Amino acid sequence: MTTLLLALPVALPLLAALIAVAAARIAADLAMATGLLVLGLAVWLVAEVAHAGPVSIALGGWEAPLGIVLHADGLGASFLLVTALIMAAVLPAARQGFADRGAETRAGFAFWPLALLLFAGMNTAFLSRDLFNLFVALELLTLSAVALVAIEGKAETITAALRYMIFALLGSVLFLLGAALAYSAYATLDMTRLAGVAAGDWPMAAAVALMTLGLAIKTALFPFHAWLPPAHSGAPAPASAMLSALVPKASFVIMLRLWFEVVPDLASPLLVLVLGSLGAVAVVWGSLLAIGQARLKLIIAYSTVAQLGYLFLVFPLAGGVGAAQPWAAGAWTAVSFHAFSHALAKAAMFLAAGLFLRAVGHDRLEGLRGLARAMPIACFAFGLSAIALMGLPPSGGFTAKYLLLTSAFASGQWIWGVVLVAGGLLAAVYLFRPLNLMFSKEGADPATLRPVPRGEQALPLLLALAAILLGIASSGPFDFLQIGRPGDAAAGLAP
Amino acid sequence: MTGLVFDLLLCALLLAAGLAAVVARGLFAGVVFFIAYGVFVALGWLRLDAIDVALAEAAIGAGLTGVLLLGAIGQLSRAGAEAPAPRPNIPLALACGGLSLLLGAAFLALPDAPGLQAEVAAALPISGAENPVTAVLLNFRAIDTLLESIVLTAVLVGVWALARDDAWGCRPGLPQRVRPDGVLAGFGRLLPPLGLMVGVYLVWAGTKQPGGAFQGGTVLAAVWLLAAMAGAVTAPRVTDLLLRAALVAGPILFLAVGIAGALGGSFLGLAPAVAGPLILAIEVALTLSIASTLALLVLGPPEARA
Amino acid sequence: MSGFVTFFGLAGAGLIGLGLYGFLAHAHLLRRLLSFNVMGSGVFLMFGAAAARSPALGADAVPQALIITGIVVKLAGTALAVALLVQLARSLGRAALPEDEEGPRA
Repeated sequence: MTTLLLALPVALPLLAALIAVAAARIAADLAMATGLLVLGLAVWLVAEVAHAGPVSIALGGWEAPLGIVLHADGLGASFLLVTALIMAAVLPAARQGFADRGAETRAGFAFWPLALLLFAGMNTAFLSRDLFNLFVALELLTLSAVALVAIEGKAETITAALRYMIFALLGSVLFLLGAALAYSAYATLDMTRLAGVAAGDWPMAAAVALMTLGLAIKTALFPFHAWLPPAHSGAPAPASAMLSALVPKASFVIMLRLWFEVVPDLASPLLVLVLGSLGAVAVVWGSLLAIGQARLKLIIAYSTVAQLGYLFLVFPLAGGVGAAQPWAAGAWTAVSFHAFSHALAKAAMFLAAGLFLRAVGHDRLEGLRGLARAMPIACFAFGLSAIALMGLPPSGGFTAKYLLLTSAFASGQWIWGVVLVAGGLLAAVYLFRPLNLMFSKEGADPATLRPVPRGEQALPLLLALAAILLGIASSGPFDFLQIGRPGDAAAGLAP
Repeated sequence: MTGLVFDLLLCALLLAAGLAAVVARGLFAGVVFFIAYGVFVALGWLRLDAIDVALAEAAIGAGLTGVLLLGAIGQLSRAGAEAPAPRPNIPLALACGGLSLLLGAAFLALPDAPGLQAEVAAALPISGAENPVTAVLLNFRAIDTLLESIVLTAVLVGVWALARDDAWGCRPGLPQRVRPDGVLAGFGRLLPPLGLMVGVYLVWAGTKQPGGAFQGGTVLAAVWLLAAMAGAVTAPRVTDLLLRAALVAGPILFLAVGIAGALGGSFLGLAPAVAGPLILAIEVALTLSIASTLALLVLGPPEARA
Repeated sequence: MSGFVTFFGLAGAGLIGLGLYGFLAHAHLLRRLLSFNVMGSGVFLMFGAAAARSPALGADAVPQALIITGIVVKLAGTALAVALLVQLARSLGRAALPEDEEGPRA
């Protein structure tokens, strides 16, 4: 059974995508069924890991180093579950825009295979232990994502997709170079085996540096963030939701594993300071740019730049001087919480923004005035997501910030605490304008808006409620994340 | 000793052609240098005893990539697209040179670790392939190959998605105009049978000797493209069901075998008794899909005919 | 490590820097893609040379298989990028990203 639980989250979306190419007529139904099926499998896998601990399979029966191992620990299984949950909501939300009724259309053909391949790429990235296999998974993920950005076919989305492509190509070739160096030095690509054999010699240090740089570009860490806002805001809303909520998390999880599971000894104080500082700059700079935007989707996209910045605070808070304090594991767990909370809230926000866009006809901020009267459910979903993004209680974002703040102050690194608080305040500022307009008393006559069925408004609400629930019932996920947690997540990154 | 001199010369040529390709004044010259560079790299792979890689580099790295770039030059000039002229950037050049030095030093400092030769040799007899590279691609690391073939599918869907809405259902690529008595038309009639044989041989031989689905598929794609340019065949419409089936047949068969293995307890596992025939079947189906996908990637999105 | 393998490894390292330079210095996207391909094959060459560095054991098949996969993936990326570039050229009549058109370069 373990074999199927680990294999099918990868195999089913792949199979569905291929069938969707051949039989486009059933693509939309097939994709939705796949989303629900993989969600069921992910729940089952989480139950299995909670019950029996981390599980793994050697593909084709070939153990590493010759073969490739899929492995589900608390971290991998929970990212898998969050991804499946978001896909299960995003795929039905995409029906309205992409399910062909009657003759096949260009976008109706292309959307479903690309979304499913993105899904398969995410799942592989969370499960695989093999650096080269991760490279191929990231390529599948990224190329599908680039194609989704371009799917509207307008000049500005083509430009955004090309810019994304240029950054992505550079990121992937750097990651590949690092993986190749690691294999050349130690004759294995398996992360578990590399952790056992890799010494702190400098070819390995160069390999890790190159992989980190490549992954940072793919995660849009400042100063490699320029591609993200136009790409994420230009895509159609369901694609934006996948791109912003999920795609950067895949490369980040690989980076987290690389440093905490493979080469914790290489983390010098300077390195953790640099990564943490870039993250902090991303938080502030992304938020400031979000404040200046006049279009809702751009605000949400710039917010992603800022929110991804928090993830990199794990390096100083669980490394360097942070390593010595008992809250290092708290910081490691906190960034996963933050990633989940952001993923759920951001997907909800983009889906809601897509509904607003459909109702109003454009996504300039003034169009939102008084929208809560006409679309109460979607506006409520947007409001709940905003709470999670600002890090207010009782959301999952609050749990994450609370854990990060605790470890910042426990290790005497109050400067990161200032960044956390400032980031929350700035998020309140950039989200205040759309919220204030949405819930204002006067506004356009609801009769002038295109109607949006309540069933569609419920999808973002479901995701936003999950982001809040993550904070209310945080002890379950907290304990689950500790299953198979690398020792260095507790001991801290230290040379 | 003559070998060493030859290798040194080859490396010098390689670097020179690479440099010329990157800094060439004209775009067309750059691509021509790039194709020559690809041929030198393929020669390098032969010297490194990597015949499978040499075939892949020659067919895909130099050949197909070169055709893609040349095709793009034509389209860009037709669209009148311009870009600022290249200007030397000294600090950046120094930084990149520094990276090269660093990587060279890392290469020289690599610990003297053996690779996985022993593991591959031990597992080869039950892998179903005699060529170790094929055994790695289709058995030991099958998921890489599966995902890689699907990456091609993803990209083709992405390229088709760039069509104009009203062109959906049309044939891919701009129409070819060839003089029926011209050289190209002659070539187009003469070469396909020959290329077909080479392509089929590469796939068939791949399980025992160098070759395989990707190299064979590329040759078949090239044959088909040549025939299409000569006007001997026309590209099917993008909505053609047979075409769609051909595009995904290989990955679907591969995946189906993998899932069947998972039901028996080993995802992508090939039982030694049937591994040989299964690998051959997967290779044949993959070749069909890779050949059609690559050919259509070169043609580009469907275009409405005037 | 035998001499000729070293040549190819160092040539690979040189090509990586060369390709990276072209990729970052050019504004023309087709030149950037061409440079990306040079950089990619430099990575493969260095990797392949490292795999051939112990002549007693013969060439390691695993890196060779990885490189073949890498070559195909590189082609896939190039193909999508080329198609995007052609569409950009058709709709806007340019072959560079807007930020590379203006500013100090122009």
